[in-house]
Amino acid sequence: MIPSKFDYVRPKSVDEAVAALKAGGEDSKVIAGGQSMLPLLRLRLAAPSVLVDCARIDEMKGIKDNGDSVTIGAASTHWDVMNSDIVKTHVKLLADATATVADPQIRHRGTFGGALAHGDPAGDLPAVVLALDATLEIAGSKGRRQVAAKDFFLDYFTTAVGPDEILVSITIPKLGKGWGTCYEKFNRSANGWAVVGVAAAVKVDGGKITEARIALTNCAAIPVRASSVESALKGVAVSASEIEKASQSAADGTRATSDLAADKEYREHLMRVITARAVSCAAGV
Amino acid sequence: MTKVSITVDGVLHESEVEPRTLLVHYLREQVGKVGTVVGCDTSSCGACTILLDGRSAKSCSVLAVQADGSSVTTIEGLAGDEWHPVQAAFKECHGLQCGYCTPGMVLSAVDLLSENPNPSEAEIREGLEGNLCRCTGYHNIVKSVALAAQTMKGGKK
Amino acid sequence: MTELAEHVAAIGRPLKRKEDARLLTGKTQWTDNIQLAGALHMAILRSPMGHAKITKLDVSGALKYPGVEAAYGAAELGDLNASVPCVWPVTDDMVAPDFPALAKGEVRHMGDCVALVLAGTAAQAADALEGIVVEYSALPAVINMDDAIKEGSPLVHSDKGTNKCYTYKLQPQGDGAYEAAKAKADVVVKRRFVNQRLIPSAMEPRAVVASPMGTSGELTIWSATQVPHVLRVLLALVTGVSENKLRVVAPDVGGGFGGKLQCYREEILCVALANKLGRPIKWTETRSEDMMATHHGRDQLQDIEIAATKDGKLLGLKVDLIANMGAYLQIITPGIPLLGMFMYPAIYKMDAYDFSCIGVFTNTTPTDAYRGAGRPESTYAIERIMDELANELGMEPMELRKKNWIKHEEFPYTTVAGLTYDSGNYEAATDKAMALFKYDELRKEQVKRRASGDKVQLGIGISTFTEMCGLAPSRTLGALKYVAGGWEHCTIRVLPTGKVELVTGTSPHGQGHETAWSQIASDTLGIPVDDIEVIHGDTRTSPYGMDTYGSRSLAVGGQAILRAGEKVVEKARLIAAHQLECSANDLEFDHGVFRVKGDPSKEKAIQAVAFEAFSAHDLPDGLEPTLQAESTVDPQDFSYPHGTHLCAMEVDTETGKSTIRSYVCVDDIGIQINPLIVEGQVHGGLAQGIAQALYEGAVYDSDGQLLTASFADYLVPSAPDLPSFVTDHTVTPSTTNPLGTKGVGEAGAIASTPAVINAIVDALRPYGVNDVPMPALPMTVWRTLNAARQGGK
Ligand SMILES: Cc1cc2nc3c(=O)[nH]c(=O)nc-3n(C[C@H](O)[C@H](O)[C@H](O)COP(=O)(O)OP(=O)(O)OC[C@H]3O[C@@H](n4cnc5c(N)ncnc54)[C@H](O)[C@@H]3O)c2cc1C
Ligand code: FES
Ligand code: FES
Repeated sequence: MIPSKFDYVRPKSVDEAVAALKAGGEDSKVIAGGQSMLPLLRLRLAAPSVLVDCARIDEMKGIKDNGDSVTIGAASTHWDVMNSDIVKTHVKLLADATATVADPQIRHRGTFGGALAHGDPAGDLPAVVLALDATLEIAGSKGRRQVAAKDFFLDYFTTAVGPDEILVSITIPKLGKGWGTCYEKFNRSANGWAVVGVAAAVKVDGGKITEARIALTNCAAIPVRASSVESALKGVAVSASEIEKASQSAADGTRATSDLAADKEYREHLMRVITARAVSCAAGV
Repeated sequence: MTKVSITVDGVLHESEVEPRTLLVHYLREQVGKVGTVVGCDTSSCGACTILLDGRSAKSCSVLAVQADGSSVTTIEGLAGDEWHPVQAAFKECHGLQCGYCTPGMVLSAVDLLSENPNPSEAEIREGLEGNLCRCTGYHNIVKSVALAAQTMKGGKK
Repeated sequence: MTELAEHVAAIGRPLKRKEDARLLTGKTQWTDNIQLAGALHMAILRSPMGHAKITKLDVSGALKYPGVEAAYGAAELGDLNASVPCVWPVTDDMVAPDFPALAKGEVRHMGDCVALVLAGTAAQAADALEGIVVEYSALPAVINMDDAIKEGSPLVHSDKGTNKCYTYKLQPQGDGAYEAAKAKADVVVKRRFVNQRLIPSAMEPRAVVASPMGTSGELTIWSATQVPHVLRVLLALVTGVSENKLRVVAPDVGGGFGGKLQCYREEILCVALANKLGRPIKWTETRSEDMMATHHGRDQLQDIEIAATKDGKLLGLKVDLIANMGAYLQIITPGIPLLGMFMYPAIYKMDAYDFSCIGVFTNTTPTDAYRGAGRPESTYAIERIMDELANELGMEPMELRKKNWIKHEEFPYTTVAGLTYDSGNYEAATDKAMALFKYDELRKEQVKRRASGDKVQLGIGISTFTEMCGLAPSRTLGALKYVAGGWEHCTIRVLPTGKVELVTGTSPHGQGHETAWSQIASDTLGIPVDDIEVIHGDTRTSPYGMDTYGSRSLAVGGQAILRAGEKVVEKARLIAAHQLECSANDLEFDHGVFRVKGDPSKEKAIQAVAFEAFSAHDLPDGLEPTLQAESTVDPQDFSYPHGTHLCAMEVDTETGKSTIRSYVCVDDIGIQINPLIVEGQVHGGLAQGIAQALYEGAVYDSDGQLLTASFADYLVPSAPDLPSFVTDHTVTPSTTNPLGTKGVGEAGAIASTPAVINAIVDALRPYGVNDVPMPALPMTVWRTLNAARQGGK
């Protein structure tokens, strides 16, 4: 189908973009890669009055190594992210998860920031930034602010990014020595969205798990940390059966929905199974 | 209307478009590149795949205004004096039947081989996951891409 | 004259396709490519409801939008609102509700056409739909077939007083014969299988352009259709436009699979409006429309019962179907289950067969032909129940099949359903398949995995299928009350320069007819393949034909090519004999050259004869100039391809996910014209059959909302979802046509579905699982496994 009419602007800087959003009023919208926006426009599920194209703003591009953390411009494409040596070396979990997003064409265009700002509960990357305790920088007419990942995702398709705000960059602390990571995605068909996805980072010392960070995709309106599994894993021996046992509480604190792919019971079952697999894989079992 | 300049298959086009114009409709209706086709409205099928600044993209999921200043390669601009090895391999291995998915499939394969000149069968399949084909069951498409990889390694580009 | 290339035998060679050059370079003519000056674009307002009264419809608001020329609801359309035809009234008392192009006061499925707008551009037309005011008052919807036939169910068509469309019975051995056979049985197995609803999903959405700008006042319709010839007849009948003023062109068509075998509302509307307004009308479907407005396929409840002795000899089979028609009847909606009716006994010998089918209306998209049409359903049911019977008997499933199948020396064989199978060799195909598959090794691995309690279990699925193709002898079709015939036409013209025009009535959309037809004509005429041009898909240039569906094109159309070619050669022989001054009987014809027997220096090439026939300076008395001939062939009987398909499946018992480890099939389709194309057809069919088993299913909620209305929810598999296939063949020529060919277009789709499900059930048998619903998506398998585990406790 063909989208409804809208105006289009392509500002050169974040400030200009913020101004354009404000000037455009309530129905103005950021477009970055457009990979989530275009289907919505074509199906006329979204009808913005103005699209503010942020894909070419220099400040929102590029990937920087800050020593103990990595900063990624929100307008970096999935392809930029998964092929970045900095990301592959220091934030492997993100590179791995990004490689599972959609398909090559969409990864070439879709952006990291767009995938986060869109707030899709089935998106793979929100769980990753949550697991890694990232910080997100948001720009608005009142200036810049830093938001922790745990405070960023608010509800279905709703994030801390206000209507006239822009997500500028994402800073992810490096994990350091002894950590292993894994993103385990369960889907019904190869190019499908995650029915359940699990981002796991575990620290192993002397054959035991000393720390674990686990976040779940598509298990609630927003990505959630599997805190009870994280605590249950502390001190557990690196063995498949021990990890499986500790993963039994994966569904605690989630609010699984029912859809064609999974009803609540099955989704909760998957959380346990996929969490165990993700943790085992991260721990090198 | 917004002015855009887009190089399509090596030719610069300066055009006026409505901002809502999809790149694929711009290509088909304003530039006359009807080799690029539309198969869905949810960015799922990949029939519309082109190369945008050298990387595969779904032209139904890009606004023409977003492509301003870019360079597009469609199936019609892929061949030089000779067919691209991917095109030749598709014919050799019967990698197409109705041909509707073919332009997109070929361009995805070209992109795949440029990123990974020596793909395994699994990598070929993964690399084509953004393109649906209803006719071939993919078997011969996979064979075609493997053959193209071989011919391209042999120096024939 | 141009240099003549030499003829090399073409039939049986895997020639690369002629079609590919244009398809690989984007020089294709899809219907949507056609842009005519002055064209109006049509956009359609569709029902978002499953069942509702239209309490208000005001299209006038749309007229205020830029570029809009006209807007119509049923009221504005008046007499032009023709009805969609159904050409297969399967019983005399079949209930056939009116199916107007635009709904009259009531919508009966999501996607039902309510109103339309014509505007200067497609975008303007889409915008103006928002100006139409429509109000609905919901009516109770009926979706589930069992519910629909219950007393007191809400009615899809209240004026009809019933949701039953028809009841059909077939009892070849008479009433009570099955019961008598069953009385002798030691074992009776009964199951209900659900053959779910599928969406054909050809990659090219439908499109229509109707233009009244023809040079002789004709109306030209370009349509993404499989059936230009059938469509012309039907459009003439329903719109009242004179048939000889209608020209239907199917340009390049991007797949069909049955979904484009139809006379659709949008085609009727474009023709009626182009005719009325005197302007070209264009409509291109969106995928979202396609999912709900292009007909669906399958959707049958299959109650099947099989009776056997304790040593595994089959005695009888009883099948009771409930078949979903959807909300209305389209071209052959009611007949689809009957195309499967004869095939439930499949390759097996037994004493009695009893079949019944109830057609039912529901508030869903109408169903109709989808790849295999009827035969995938029957094959699924019989091949599934054979496995269940084997399990019940404690027999190896292949042994049970072997015990009961028709042996190769028993052909021709008349089955319990009354069909006479021409030829086959199930033993040979099976032996070959088992060897390629490494059947015994896989069984050993299965035993090991079962013993170790592996989380990933291995299952082996069998499907030994046959199907009937080459629809069909016209008389047979008549007896089944199908309105049209089953013949096919070909004209062959050898032009003065020795090039050939082959005009066919088949209408390819991916099957490679341009290549394969050239191969047949090439060997008949002795003219190289590259010198033959195949003309198709335009009722002006190929006026006669029955088009392409039901694996009929080669089985029937091939005969017409052969016959027309032979007639050309017969005529050329007379001319050559005249000029070489010998009698026609003294000439031998080899690779396109006539030679005098005993004096081979005296020769004349058929191309040279063609020129003589054109100049006509020296023809035998009474012989007409030009070298051409035509043939219309009505098939003598169906032909029956068969094959053995084997699937090895790994099932993750934790998540329920099934992954195909290997798939082997050995098909016997008789003589192969082009093995490359044959293989491609098999692969594509396999993919669709596997997709039915593992991924695809149209789902409605109880209000009639289609929940799988895009490729995001309706899971057409992509490359990583499918394996590479091992395909091979045996060759048992058909005896019902002179080429010895059988059809292959649907074989893969028919055979593979039960092989896949049998494999999953086999993997999970130790847990007590004895059926898995389709599509066997992870949650479904997991639930089935859980239920079986609990039932076992
Ligand atoms: C067929 C298909 C399959 C997909 N599969 C997956 C999958 O498996 N996993 C997955 O994670 N994702 C998947 N996606 C989504 C994909 O990752 C998108 O690229 C991503 O969600 C959006 O990025 P974008 O840059 O294209 O955003 P856009 O489409 O441009 O924008 C999306 C939304 O975010 C807002 N936005 C974008 N950037 C910013 C910004 N910098 N500041 C503020 N707001 C912003 C926009 O206003 C809009 O509301 C899929 C998409 C499609 C079409
Ligand atoms: S048309 Fe389907 S992805 Fe572009
Ligand atoms: S060749 Fe027909 S869809 Fe791929």
